[in-house]
Amino acid sequence: MKLPVYLGLLHEAERILARSFRVVADGHGDEPDVHVILGTLAGQCDRHVEALEPVIARFGSEVEGEEEHRVTADGVEEVRTGALGLLLDLQDLYVLVHHLDVMWTMVGQAAAGGRDRELLDVVARCEPDADLQSRWLQTRMKQAAPQALLVAA
Amino acid sequence: MVDRIADIWGTRTPYARGERWPVRVDQTLAPGVAEGDVDRWVQSACVLCSNGCGCDIAVKDGRMVGIRGRQADIVNHGRLGPKGLFGSWQGVDTGDRLTRPLIRVDGELVETDWDTAMNRIVERSRHLLDTKGPLSHGFYTTGQLFLEEYYALGIIGKAGVGTPHMDGNTRLCTATAATAMKESFGSDGQPGSYVDIDECDAMFLFGHNMAETQTVLWMRVLDRLAGPNPPRLVCVDPRETPVARAAEVHLAVRPGTNLALMNGLIRELFVNGWIDDAYIAAHTVDVDRLRDTVERWTPEAVAETCGVGADDVRRAAEIFGTSERVLSTVLQGFYQSAQATASSCQVNNLHLLRGMLGKEGSGILQMNGQPTAQNNRECGADGDLPGFRNWENPQHVQELADLWDVDPDTIPHWAPPTHVMQIFRYVELGSIEFLWISATNPAVSMPQLERIRRILDTDGLFLVVQDLYLTETARYADVVLPCAAWGEKTGTFTNVNRTVHLSDKAVEPPGEARSDLDVFLDYSRRMDFRTRSGAPLLDWAGPEDGFRAWQECTRGRPCDYTGISYERLRGGSGIPWPCNDANPDGTVRLYGDGVFPTDPDYCESYGHDLLTGAATGPVLYRATVQPGKAWLKSEDYRPPHEEPSEEYPLRYTTGRTVYQFHTRTKTGRSRALNRAAPGAWVEVSPADAEQLGIVEGDVVAVRSRRGHLEVPVRVGDIRVGTVFAPFHYGYWDDGGSEVSASAHHAANELTMTEWDPVSKQPVFKNAAVRIEKVRDCAGPSPAPTTAASRPACAGHRTAGRATGPGGGPGAVPATVGGQEGEASERFPDTAPPRVASSEERP
Ligand code: SF4
Repeated sequence: MKLPVYLGLLHEAERILARSFRVVADGHGDEPDVHVILGTLAGQCDRHVEALEPVIARFGSEVEGEEEHRVTADGVEEVRTGALGLLLDLQDLYVLVHHLDVMWTMVGQAAAGGRDRELLDVVARCEPDADLQSRWLQTRMKQAAPQALLVAA
Repeated sequence: MVDRIADIWGTRTPYARGERWPVRVDQTLAPGVAEGDVDRWVQSACVLCSNGCGCDIAVKDGRMVGIRGRQADIVNHGRLGPKGLFGSWQGVDTGDRLTRPLIRVDGELVETDWDTAMNRIVERSRHLLDTKGPLSHGFYTTGQLFLEEYYALGIIGKAGVGTPHMDGNTRLCTATAATAMKESFGSDGQPGSYVDIDECDAMFLFGHNMAETQTVLWMRVLDRLAGPNPPRLVCVDPRETPVARAAEVHLAVRPGTNLALMNGLIRELFVNGWIDDAYIAAHTVDVDRLRDTVERWTPEAVAETCGVGADDVRRAAEIFGTSERVLSTVLQGFYQSAQATASSCQVNNLHLLRGMLGKEGSGILQMNGQPTAQNNRECGADGDLPGFRNWENPQHVQELADLWDVDPDTIPHWAPPTHVMQIFRYVELGSIEFLWISATNPAVSMPQLERIRRILDTDGLFLVVQDLYLTETARYADVVLPCAAWGEKTGTFTNVNRTVHLSDKAVEPPGEARSDLDVFLDYSRRMDFRTRSGAPLLDWAGPEDGFRAWQECTRGRPCDYTGISYERLRGGSGIPWPCNDANPDGTVRLYGDGVFPTDPDYCESYGHDLLTGAATGPVLYRATVQPGKAWLKSEDYRPPHEEPSEEYPLRYTTGRTVYQFHTRTKTGRSRALNRAAPGAWVEVSPADAEQLGIVEGDVVAVRSRRGHLEVPVRVGDIRVGTVFAPFHYGYWDDGGSEVSASAHHAANELTMTEWDPVSKQPVFKNAAVRIEKVRDCAGPSPAPTTAASRPACAGHRTAGRATGPGGGPGAVPATVGGQEGEASERFPDTAPPRVASSEERP
């Protein structure tokens, strides 16, 4: 039974993503939309962490010895500056979000295989947020890229 | 004669439901001019708000000397409001117009000729295009030019320069109206009609102080209220506006909590079964999600969050749910507040749930603020693609490329157009180095003014400003271009309910001033913008060529103008679009058939997530759309990002007063209007005044995290804990160009740099502030007594401290116009005009 490994990694990754969203939100306070919306997205991650807790209480969480699976171990710890810096920071978040997205999918598969109603329900509530986070980041990066890559100082 | 400063709405002409609003012709002439002295009357429509009242301009000896409402016009049936009567020609026929171009030499603006000024612009523009490309250019325009001018600017920006950085100040006033309609219905396009006021049983005004912002429309409501079977009125507004006073239910919500209220109203419809299941099934998508979203918003929950009575929420919902015909209007109280798009979509949802769209008396008016905002949205000068085309749809981009004979890749369509707050951010970061501002005054109208002034002053920015006057913004310019005003040029424009008017040139502009259209055409010529086949990109000889080009652009689109011509607009009434072969007389209401423009090949937008603004994108849209059905978009309420705190315990909101328009460039120069509202003020409630130890007229400092104001207080009828400031007052008439820190009185010194995630409209109506008294009153504040800013009514007055001579609530003199405020009213015995359409019943 390796589900606890995935649950633990997911739980940890959501916390790291929440923290990373907040680091970028605070570091780019001069971009009000980034600041505000990343704060909102961080709140979504907090709720995912909470939603996972009862499931982890049931199955446990086994992250010890799984270091090599922790693609996202550090998350974003500090921000870069300037237009290019913003773009790169958003892109780092994008990678994290996609890592999480696929983990939710795997946990969802396991929940379906195990006919686990409670876990299926958690996945159904949380997984769409990862898609939304990814779409918002894409929308914002697409807007920023030409200016950052072609004309910014 | 009637004093129309004191009596804002004039004499009542009551009428009953189903009748047409009687005619009343309002007129004013310059002192000493009699009717017989007028050489000729020239047809136009008023440009001092979005209402678009048809009018005629009196001309004598080559000067404008008067104005009168057009009795045949379907918008106003002959009436005009105080701004139209006293601020139209009086606001432009002044001694201080710009008459020659100015350029900056050794730090000073000096007069020059057009050649020199235009060459300077072209030199800089060309150099930047060659070295940095089109993304170095930004254009920021207005809601007050003519259709032909916007379309020219749209073509220049998209097909000439090729920049996505185009917007208008419509972003500050009407972006949410457009966005809410795109999200719900698939495209911009006003569903309702003013005629619905004649036909409705109930009216809901959501954050819309119609009595002051569209005075003539409010006359229509007042006349219904004075007649038999008047409509029931519900008002959502934190202030006790004239609308609130006339309403059966007034929901004085805390600023920033609109969405909680809306979710509660929607919930009541579901809970009580006041919905049309058959309509919902046949014409909408996503009802289950909507039901889930509003689930937790019981009347008690709404009461707790919004600070209103739970029973009032129930009563309001019952009026909506049980009236046979409901008309809703929405304006800045929703558009400039937190969660603007989500709240405005919920208004659309109320109507969709009851199937109340496109029928007599049942409609939605997502209002505009400015007279020609609609055209900016249609023509693409706000960055959208012209003709409500979708930038994410390659076929739509190709249509424009074919129309203009340019390479489709020239037209920016890789990302949404850049909204003005982002344009200014790019200027701040130095990546936009060429900014062309036309007919708008961001140095007073944008949020957080200290920041805006700093950005306009950025080193390395080349700033072009074209305007009537040397505005606060023009003082930062490198080149200032003097432009022709209303009455001095010809063009068309479209009001809130899609009615298109022609405004003919009545007189010559002063000095060397030129029409904005001529300036844009001249720039295009000098830049040598060309089509693929080598012809000039813009070869229009004048506005009528522009109109014809525009007609072609709209063919087959929701805003179809192909059946309208200058000739048809002369003589009679304005005509509401779409007007084409299928609707030769124009169209009263949209969506009577329940078919919405959501088809993926036709829609203007694929939509967004209302919480974050994340784009849906073509793939997801095509996978989920049911073509022709409307979207019941919804989102849960979230508290505003700046809430009152110990340090800043009050909520701050901004808005307009009846006698002024925007930054007062015109109305502030009208003696009658300016005497009625000569200076800035803030409004506080009697309870807050008492707690703060201040009385009417005391001068206070109002501080937010971003700046401060020093202005006199009006103790008025506003909800406790809330402070209101009018945003009109800047610094041009202070006598100096520098804004001195001690004299701050522009409301936007305090507002936040934050915007709605979907419409990108700035949040002007929520900030946290604190108030401190600076000095005792020397007399009452200059706030008018006739409308929302009137002194608190008896019984609520500040008790306690005695007030000095002239101060205190009891001593506020009534706002009157005297001789300067006089206008005539005539009541001709003619049948009221009907909307120019066979749709409308006799
Ligand atoms: S209601 Fe608006 S358009 Fe009509 S006269 Fe007044 S300001 Fe002008």
